[in-house]
Amino acid sequence: MSADGLVVVRRPERTLFILGCVAMACAALFMLIDVGGQWDFVLPFRGRKLATALLVGYAIAVSTVLFQTVTGNRVLTPAILGFDNLYVLIQTCLLFFLGSGAVANLDPRLLFGVEVLIMVAFSGLLYWGLFGGARRSLHLVLLTGVVLGVLFRSLSSFLQRLIDPNEFIFLQDRFFASFNNPDQELLVASFLVTLGVSVVGFRMLRTFDVLVLGRETAINLGVDYQRTVALILVLVAILVSVSSALVGPVTFFGLLVSNLSHALVRTYRHALVLPAAALVAAVALVAGQVVLEHVFAFDTNPRVIIEFVGGLVFITMLMRKAPG
Amino acid sequence: MKSLLAAAAVIVIVLLALVSLFIGVGDVSWAALFSPSPDERALQLLVISRIPRLLAVMLVGTSLGVAGLLMQMLARNRFVEPATAGSAESASLGVLAATALAPQLPVLGKMLVAACFALAGTALFLLILRRIPLRSVLIVPLVGLVLGSVFDSVTTFVAYRFDLLQSVNAWKTGDFSTVLRGRYELLWVTLGLTLGAYVAADRFTVAGMGEAFTTSLGLRYSRIVALGLVIVSLVTAMVVVTVGMVPFLGLLVPNVVSLFMGDNARRSIPWVAVGGAGFVLLCDVLGRVVRFPYEIPGATIAGVIGSVLFLFLLLRRDARVG
Amino acid sequence: MIEAKNVTKRYGTALVVDDVSLRLPVGGITSIIGPNGAGKSTLLSMISRVLPMSSGNVLVDGLDVVTTPGDVLAKRLAILRQDNHLTSRLTVRELVTFGRYPHSKGRPTVKDQEHVERAIQHMGLEALSARFLDELSGGQRQRAFVAMVLCQDTDYVLLDEPLNGLDLKHAVSMMKQLRTAADTLGKSFVLVLHDLNFASCYSDHLIAMRDGKVAFQGRSEDIMRPDVLRAVYDLEIAIQHINGDWIATHYR
Repeated sequence: MSADGLVVVRRPERTLFILGCVAMACAALFMLIDVGGQWDFVLPFRGRKLATALLVGYAIAVSTVLFQTVTGNRVLTPAILGFDNLYVLIQTCLLFFLGSGAVANLDPRLLFGVEVLIMVAFSGLLYWGLFGGARRSLHLVLLTGVVLGVLFRSLSSFLQRLIDPNEFIFLQDRFFASFNNPDQELLVASFLVTLGVSVVGFRMLRTFDVLVLGRETAINLGVDYQRTVALILVLVAILVSVSSALVGPVTFFGLLVSNLSHALVRTYRHALVLPAAALVAAVALVAGQVVLEHVFAFDTNPRVIIEFVGGLVFITMLMRKAPG
Repeated sequence: MKSLLAAAAVIVIVLLALVSLFIGVGDVSWAALFSPSPDERALQLLVISRIPRLLAVMLVGTSLGVAGLLMQMLARNRFVEPATAGSAESASLGVLAATALAPQLPVLGKMLVAACFALAGTALFLLILRRIPLRSVLIVPLVGLVLGSVFDSVTTFVAYRFDLLQSVNAWKTGDFSTVLRGRYELLWVTLGLTLGAYVAADRFTVAGMGEAFTTSLGLRYSRIVALGLVIVSLVTAMVVVTVGMVPFLGLLVPNVVSLFMGDNARRSIPWVAVGGAGFVLLCDVLGRVVRFPYEIPGATIAGVIGSVLFLFLLLRRDARVG
Repeated sequence: MIEAKNVTKRYGTALVVDDVSLRLPVGGITSIIGPNGAGKSTLLSMISRVLPMSSGNVLVDGLDVVTTPGDVLAKRLAILRQDNHLTSRLTVRELVTFGRYPHSKGRPTVKDQEHVERAIQHMGLEALSARFLDELSGGQRQRAFVAMVLCQDTDYVLLDEPLNGLDLKHAVSMMKQLRTAADTLGKSFVLVLHDLNFASCYSDHLIAMRDGKVAFQGRSEDIMRPDVLRAVYDLEIAIQHINGDWIATHYR
């Protein structure tokens, strides 16, 4: 993907600055448009929504960029490999085996913790599939992931059918959150988890850069490849859990965000790419929400719009130049 | 060996078919049917519900399997099927458009609208593929999935507006429990289409080897592609309108058959047809047994079994898939 | 010194490298030759720890490549493999700077920058240093990658077919540059080469592999002989002695 003519001079820092300004403007617009005097109610309500959107955008952006760095491929995302669907499956399983009564009594943060742990375990499994033993071809891994995604989705809907309809409604209400009813405790827990991931990731930024050169060159340059990859996959699994817990599975958004930010900043340096991706995600989500609410007067999960725009942009990108 | 396999397959399918006829909430038993004074109600149940259901299941399995095979030859990629090439999603969008804009349209009309949409969607998919430089095995199914989700999001958006989300879900998840006499007969057309595919099998095999190869053999590539597109779209539209989409079938069955039989369409189409029918039949029967007396849609079962089987195929050693 | 002991690579039942024990001399250029599928690249990859071995071990200056931490080895041994495909857009200078990663961990100092300049000069890439890799020809890209490994400033440099994609002029200059680096900087190069005559003219030591085993090894005049090459390649190869070099004529 090249934004020919748009970014001729390579000044990633400047691009980043502009992106930051746009993101702030979007956030301000989101908070202040059409308040109509009800400040006490509107500001905290919108603040929670904004926080959710920013957190989700950050989690999706960072997880996708890191995942693509590890796999050395710009068309793979954790979502395509079934991570999101797994999260839904874990939730459904918990409800199925514990029953809605038990689940309702559990602290949502504890539940979230358990789910994150299972996700991390899965990423470990995937790690063996991807990088352990005989190395498999990339398209085999991709296809396996896609099929696993379908398996998880089908299993979820299978279990949901087995669940009592009343419990199922509970499941839907409780588990498939949207921007509009973010659970405050969950939000705080997600924020803390994301913060932890970011601290670990920050210390490895330069190692991420080396991974861009591919496995063999990275090993040649002295990176402990297996350990680094395993750690990144753990970080990715946690971030995917965060975004899935807050808004449910979003398939192509990460793809869009990552490719767009790479095209905008055009550098291999994660210290620039990662913030850029997070900002692109923030702009897309917040601006999308503003447009949805105030132009279409359509107060619902913006996932639909994200998938639509994300899909179209992605196909256009592929048609210009195949990445990976 | 192969004839033995064929015999085994047929026996299994006949057994499954018998099971399928005799399970359900309403009591249809051998004794009730063939006693000196047949139970009138059981007979009616059999004729109105059970037999049509069995036929619908077999027709859907046969035609979707063959449609998957055709898609794989047209896209020249093993990993596409109507449900991963935008066909099923665009067909759903078509039904939705017909339902929302012209609710009085008869089923046949809706089906035709859906078929037009499916045709456009699938053609778009192939067009995009042609426009993508450096097309890799990996990109092709991905493009289909992305395109499908674009159609899907439009469908969801519109359905939400018209309060039709539930119907949309029904089109997406194949469920045979609603099949009754008088409501599935459209599916017989798919049998004709499948036979058509068989007649033109050699052409599809050639087209599967690429445009240059096809042209050098003196055949018109674009015509073969058009024919394939029409068959795939019509089949998809009919299945979506009558019972809903069954995932994985079009991917799984042709790939399994190709492992044993190679890629000559004339040889593989009958096997794909039989395999597809058997697979859907198995899923439908399981869906009715697992949580008796409730039913789990066949498509859900197909998703579970299909993906596990497919994973097995993919990951076993020396897999030839791909 | 690099020492391989009973190194074996097995894929299922196929033996790609079969119990190879080998000492690679310090200093100069060692070239591994042999027909396709002889296990040359596989051996090189295992020596450089990029590919795990099925059994055996490899010592670099007494350090076991499997157990020694990667960043310690990265200061002693560098490897460049054949296909170097990147998804990110990097300039030549950025790529070469990565060669300093083992020393600077991503924060290059002034001294590191000097190394980078020297490597760029050595490979004749000054004019291209600000260009993106994907804007270069295959040969130019290959030189940029070689510059990166040279910049790593290790005693041992392993190159898998460094002449791949280079035209005659650049192939000759690549070999000359490696020769200079070996002679003036005292580095040891281990190359996998397909071109017998390049191997013969520039190497101090030749290793001929066949069927996963080392068939012969020695100086050019020991290996560049019809009977030896017949045993390695199954081909009648006449040898001429021209201007002090042993040249194989195998075109007819």
